[in-house]
Amino acid sequence: MSRDHANLAGALGLVAAAAVLGLLTSPYIVYLLSLWAVYTVAATGLNLTLGYAGQISLAQASFVGVGAYTTAILLPHGWPFGATLALGALLCFALGVLLGFPALRVQGHYLAFVTLALATIAFLVFRNEAWITGGIYGIDHIRRPAGFTSGRGYLFLCLIVLALVSFGAWWLLRSPWGRAFIALRENPVRAASLGVVVRDYTLLAFAIGAALGGVAGALFAPLVQYIEPTPFALTLSFSLLLMVVVGGSGSFLGPYLGALVAVLLPEWLRFLKDYYLVTYGTAVILLLIFFPDGLVGLAERVLARGRTVK
Amino acid sequence: MTPVLEARDLHRHFGGVRAVNGVSFQVGEGEILGVIGPNGSGKSTLFNCLLGQLVPSAGTVLLDGQDVTGMAPAVLNRRGVSRTFQLLQVFPQLSARENLILAGQEHVGSRLARLFGRPDAGLTAAANRMLELFQLTHIADLAAGGLSYGQQKLLDAAMAFMAGPRLVLLDEPAGGVNLTLLGSFRERLRAMNTEAGATFVVIEHNMDFVMSLCTRVICIAEGKVIADGAPEAVRNNADVIEAYLGH
Repeated sequence: MSRDHANLAGALGLVAAAAVLGLLTSPYIVYLLSLWAVYTVAATGLNLTLGYAGQISLAQASFVGVGAYTTAILLPHGWPFGATLALGALLCFALGVLLGFPALRVQGHYLAFVTLALATIAFLVFRNEAWITGGIYGIDHIRRPAGFTSGRGYLFLCLIVLALVSFGAWWLLRSPWGRAFIALRENPVRAASLGVVVRDYTLLAFAIGAALGGVAGALFAPLVQYIEPTPFALTLSFSLLLMVVVGGSGSFLGPYLGALVAVLLPEWLRFLKDYYLVTYGTAVILLLIFFPDGLVGLAERVLARGRTVK
Repeated sequence: MTPVLEARDLHRHFGGVRAVNGVSFQVGEGEILGVIGPNGSGKSTLFNCLLGQLVPSAGTVLLDGQDVTGMAPAVLNRRGVSRTFQLLQVFPQLSARENLILAGQEHVGSRLARLFGRPDAGLTAAANRMLELFQLTHIADLAAGGLSYGQQKLLDAAMAFMAGPRLVLLDEPAGGVNLTLLGSFRERLRAMNTEAGATFVVIEHNMDFVMSLCTRVICIAEGKVIADGAPEAVRNNADVIEAYLGH
């Protein structure tokens, strides 16, 4: 099996395992599995922008927010869930294109600050434009789509969307577009000399990554059934960034593992109470010192060592 | 006959430094033009002006008689102009074959068709032929970043030919390549010239390489062309010798 196919099989295998676990386990674990699916979709988008195309973004939480508010606002007006999800993704795609333009001018930490500005503006809009977002009181009673109203049912919807996103991202990244994104990350000057239109691919990397953030947000709103601005603050952008880096930036399966750690670790470290974040931070620092390629890199090293021993 | 490439009174200034200072020359179809000159004479800046990496301060660049001054590198590439860089510019995390496919893919169909088409854009066979031509078949599936310097240099050059360009600008292709590889590399370039009909402009410090490959040579010193002619004539030109050895 080629590496490409192993990636897809791994992603779909994790989705299938979550589905089986969802059938057997408690409602709380079902909720955590749904959250994992949602975060994995958002982190997959960021992995595309940052991990593959090399464009740093601290605005992914804003796109999750736009997707969530789009769904929360439109569902009570009779819009079908699928339509709100599509519109949220489309809005985020357009915002992603706008965010991509500064990336044509600035890179690295300068670009991080530009995206930080968008994250701040989006948060202020979510909080202050109460006439549409409900402000600090948020929007409640967000209904889940018919057929997926139970916790377990909604988990399956999240997993179906994650499976579709996995296939889409896999297809995209093994296509010539994926190769162009990597070229953009590794050497944009050389890429341009080979006919890669850096401007177009930069904008596409931001836009597609943002659209996946929107899809994650559309799933998030009916999952928690009440949204307000706080979950879409900068903290979520950092969390998603951490998921990508911990899992393995630029690795297809990185976001899946990173999101798993981000969702499960608080549960495992619950006994530490206030020291949870310190422990989490220390673990991340150690991981990045010893395994800079993240969990996927760690797994690959272990597998390679196993093959060498044989 | 219209020259493939023409530079007309090109200037590029960096503040008070005149890196390229009124350079004019023509390159005819099928020619292999060598560009020599001491370090810092403006050769690479000239290349960057010709290829859209730098916008000239003044002057004109013509491709097949059409003004392409300051045109973006990607657009020039689609018009059949390819290049290599002085420093190695392969994509280290992609395999050698993937590097070659990347070098050709933007010339295949529309962007949307490439998204929904074959992952290799139908270029695997062409990439394999190029690997064979540059004697790199044995490292086709290895990550380019892990190859030896000479292999990366060959791969870098092979990438420049992947899209079947009409004009290739090679910036110090022989630098750091061992003598054994250099001989076969020169033969590969000759083959691309005679069989594929590609026109070359080659910046090079290795005089033996330049003299044995190029059909014409220009020498640049202090941003100006000080000699233009047959390789032997340029090598023996008093101004060229003085530029290299000093006053």
